[in-house]
Amino acid sequence: MSKPKIATTSLAGCFGCHMSLLDIDERILELAELVEFHKSPINDIKSFSAQCAVGLIEGGCCNEENVEVLRAFRSNCDVLISVGDCAIMGGIPAMRNMIPLEECLQEAFVDGPTVHNPTRAIPNDVEIPLLLDKVYPCHEVVKIDYHLPGCPPPADTLWEALVALLNNKPISLPYDLIKYD
Amino acid sequence: MEKVVTFLLDGEVIQGQEGQSIMQAADKAGKYIPRLCAHKDLTPHGSCRICTVLVNGRPQSACTQPIADGILVESETPKVNQLRTDIIDMLFVEGNHFCMFCEKSGNCELQALAYRFGITAPKYPYQFPQRDVDASHPDIFLDRDRCVLCGRCVRASKELDGKNVFQFVGRGVEKRIAVNSEKGLKDTDADVVDKAISVCPVGAILKKRVGYAVPVGRRLYDHQPIGSASEDETTK
Repeated sequence: MSKPKIATTSLAGCFGCHMSLLDIDERILELAELVEFHKSPINDIKSFSAQCAVGLIEGGCCNEENVEVLRAFRSNCDVLISVGDCAIMGGIPAMRNMIPLEECLQEAFVDGPTVHNPTRAIPNDVEIPLLLDKVYPCHEVVKIDYHLPGCPPPADTLWEALVALLNNKPISLPYDLIKYD
Repeated sequence: MEKVVTFLLDGEVIQGQEGQSIMQAADKAGKYIPRLCAHKDLTPHGSCRICTVLVNGRPQSACTQPIADGILVESETPKVNQLRTDIIDMLFVEGNHFCMFCEKSGNCELQALAYRFGITAPKYPYQFPQRDVDASHPDIFLDRDRCVLCGRCVRASKELDGKNVFQFVGRGVEKRIAVNSEKGLKDTDADVVDKAISVCPVGAILKKRVGYAVPVGRRLYDHQPIGSASEDETTK
């Protein structure tokens, strides 16, 4: 029997949650024995070619590409997990949600005190994914099966969750492993 | 002599004094009922509804409902705890609660309640409302993004500080905490040592220049749920 496959991605995130996954220390060797990493920044596989058992999503959806990737994960993963506060509630990127998008772009590319932009142009190339009106938590875009909160979630939270799923058990986190910071 | 009142809380016989609320009698008996707007030094407000219990099958707030002989009170049941979880979910999506950088994180009663109920994500869509921050006072921050409208500051300012610094304005979703000055907190008689400042259960009212003083792992709710027997009594 082939090993179960795990896919991971970082949408509007900072890769901190992926760092936390690496922070399981030597257990990463055990994990590599138990699972096979499929589409993931860890091995740089870019697209799905097989159904995966578990998908780990870091970051929320701030642009159309995030939505496309998230939908691909939902179609190709049996169990989809929002990892970290950005995936769960938008996180730091969602701080722009209280400000109109136009104002955000104006401040970032034209009016900001440290901006040097003589043409006053706001980037608008077809190659650049269009920004959404606001940053959306993943579960407001597709169905999410589990949420692992934290910024980032502790390495033990990720480990406990993966071990539970690999043993065909539902994820049940103890008090110390549910933290929002 | 005060009359003794006997009632049942989750099947257990509790005795209290006439005139006590269900919460007061339960506290005395060592039974914690989850709460947010209630504070031991303040007049009960009955507004957050986290302390909802079923009294003879009807939902009531334990902080305002007086005890009576023979009543059946349900608190730690799946049905009641589901009601509480739903309220906490709503409080999280209704404000802008960015726990990851909030100074109150780890000592926040809203967050601690969510931990106690094992909430990993709220089930309602986030509202991301526009709320005002008042940083005008030299020693105090007022960040309405995190305000849960518990009214502790309003009551504490009047009842404990003998001032009238905070008050509610607006109705429904427009309801906000206002301060008693057009130019913000700096022009009120608010002082950093006021009880109104320290009773805030969340990070809406903060003292400046003391944030993150306690390291992660040693904060109030890092290891023990809110309502644990060993919890610091001053926070209840």
